[in-house]
Amino acid sequence: MINTGLKELSQALAAKKISSVELSSLFLDRIERLNPDLNAFVTVDREKSLKSAADADARLAAGTAGALTGIPIAQKDIFCAEGWTTTCGSKMLANFVAPYDATVIEKLHAQAGMVSLGKTNMDEFAMGSSNETSYFGPVKNPWDRTRVPGGSSGGSAAAVAARLAPVATGTDTGGSIRQPAGLCNLTGLKPTYGVVSRYGMIAYASSLDQGGPMAQSAEDCALLLNAMAGFDPRDSTSLERPAEDYARDLDKPLAGLRIGLPKEFFAAGCDAGVMAAVQAAIKEYEKLGAAIVDVSLPNSHLSVPAYYVIAPAEASSNLSRYDGVRFGYRAPEYGNLDDMYMKTRAQGFGAEVKRRILIGAYVLSHGYYDAYYLQAQRIRRLIANDFVEAFKSCDVIMGPTSPTTAFRLGEKSADPVQMYLSDIYTIAVNLAGLPGMSVPCGFADDLPVGLQLIGNYFDEARLLGVAHRYQMATDWHRRLPGGID
Amino acid sequence: MSLTLDQVQRIAHLARIEVSEAEALTTQGHLNGIFQLIEQMQAVDTTGVEPMAHAQDLSQRLRDDAVSETDRRAAYQALAPEIEAGLFLVPKVIE
Repeated sequence: MINTGLKELSQALAAKKISSVELSSLFLDRIERLNPDLNAFVTVDREKSLKSAADADARLAAGTAGALTGIPIAQKDIFCAEGWTTTCGSKMLANFVAPYDATVIEKLHAQAGMVSLGKTNMDEFAMGSSNETSYFGPVKNPWDRTRVPGGSSGGSAAAVAARLAPVATGTDTGGSIRQPAGLCNLTGLKPTYGVVSRYGMIAYASSLDQGGPMAQSAEDCALLLNAMAGFDPRDSTSLERPAEDYARDLDKPLAGLRIGLPKEFFAAGCDAGVMAAVQAAIKEYEKLGAAIVDVSLPNSHLSVPAYYVIAPAEASSNLSRYDGVRFGYRAPEYGNLDDMYMKTRAQGFGAEVKRRILIGAYVLSHGYYDAYYLQAQRIRRLIANDFVEAFKSCDVIMGPTSPTTAFRLGEKSADPVQMYLSDIYTIAVNLAGLPGMSVPCGFADDLPVGLQLIGNYFDEARLLGVAHRYQMATDWHRRLPGGID
Repeated sequence: MSLTLDQVQRIAHLARIEVSEAEALTTQGHLNGIFQLIEQMQAVDTTGVEPMAHAQDLSQRLRDDAVSETDRRAAYQALAPEIEAGLFLVPKVIE
């Protein structure tokens, strides 16, 4: 049951072969057994989960169930869920019980009838690429427990990789769905900016943040995205577009597909083992009928520098709300009001979050705004234009998701710049606002390698189809870490 | 460019984050490393390029000026560190 896709789980629930309470209990038992070592979940509430499972069973019995009703899911702890502690990986929100549902949660709970198994660990305020900045401790990669699962959606990735949940939500500001998916052998999708509502999703860098599915397969991603996506009047940047079926192109043949390979993604800087797996995947696509086109993203090397101006600038503004007045942590001892702010924020935020707030405060300050913030926004335009140009000659862009496989816990945590460079292939996609995926494509030294697929705006269905056809022809995505049974 | 310790303290104050002298020193090292990375941007001539603030060209939607939310004041205030009589309490600002 733990390796079963969403479609088959849905059929089993509909045929009464298993109830949602039984299915949810199965995963809750696995969490109880395996989570103490992995640290993938920060909050589990068996009673609450089984209550929604019982509600789902009632819907199934009444014939009012949808495609995902009764299926368990792990929620990244960045999504506010009413009555659930919602920490965003921070001491600042360690005791914050959300008073309302994020739109994504509302859609998955009330509308789809899915059962939340708990909230997953993450880098603090989604700032990190290894899950090591979490106030609740690092997550271990189920493939090698001395290594990181990636981040910031590291808990969601580890949870699905270890089959503590069939599927999970994640968010991606600079690679936070795709990089952990790649490092944990999962399929993950970051939709076009504006497709999934940001309402109730705790803000990091609002012009880049986007929620999406993390799953065992492209098909499961499509089914979960169907339930997550949609226009939301409560998110000012939500796109008013007709609803679409993201599974519609799953069975579309690949013949005639033009795959663009940006020369910058195949130059020095990527591990040989990772590159070999990616090249082999591209050969497989050629066998399946796709044609290869050389493209160029000449400004992609500037994406990390531009991101580390834009994202911290937005973060310094977004995180000003944590002042110890209305909610969240307040320092136990302080003098005047200013001292209360200073101590609350010094004690409530971890080192990486403080660094990014300080960078943001600096690049937005008088005298530096033009040189840093505006320059970064101009470079963002150049990066987005590169993609426009590339998509004139191809339908999908491919390359590695990350330059390396999962690195060791502690390996990069002392050097922020080295950590930042692990997102070198993913960040440009966020700056442009395009959809991107990571798909399992092999192993290097027994560690998973992710193939990145980048689509044009609103090409999620095509991307999912391109990934699904590959998964029909290969079995990388079905490989399980050792000791997971 | 390179940030001085004074500058680190100044931006920490702007961001309302208390930083000890020892922390300021470590932070200075990290920030200077990060700004070295960021400086790569300065080599690019972006004359005439329009800054891109957002992935989509959107104008703000307007909605009817009507009540859309229910009163959740009590639930929201229950989350505050300190309240009294429906007010959020902070240290005295005006003597």
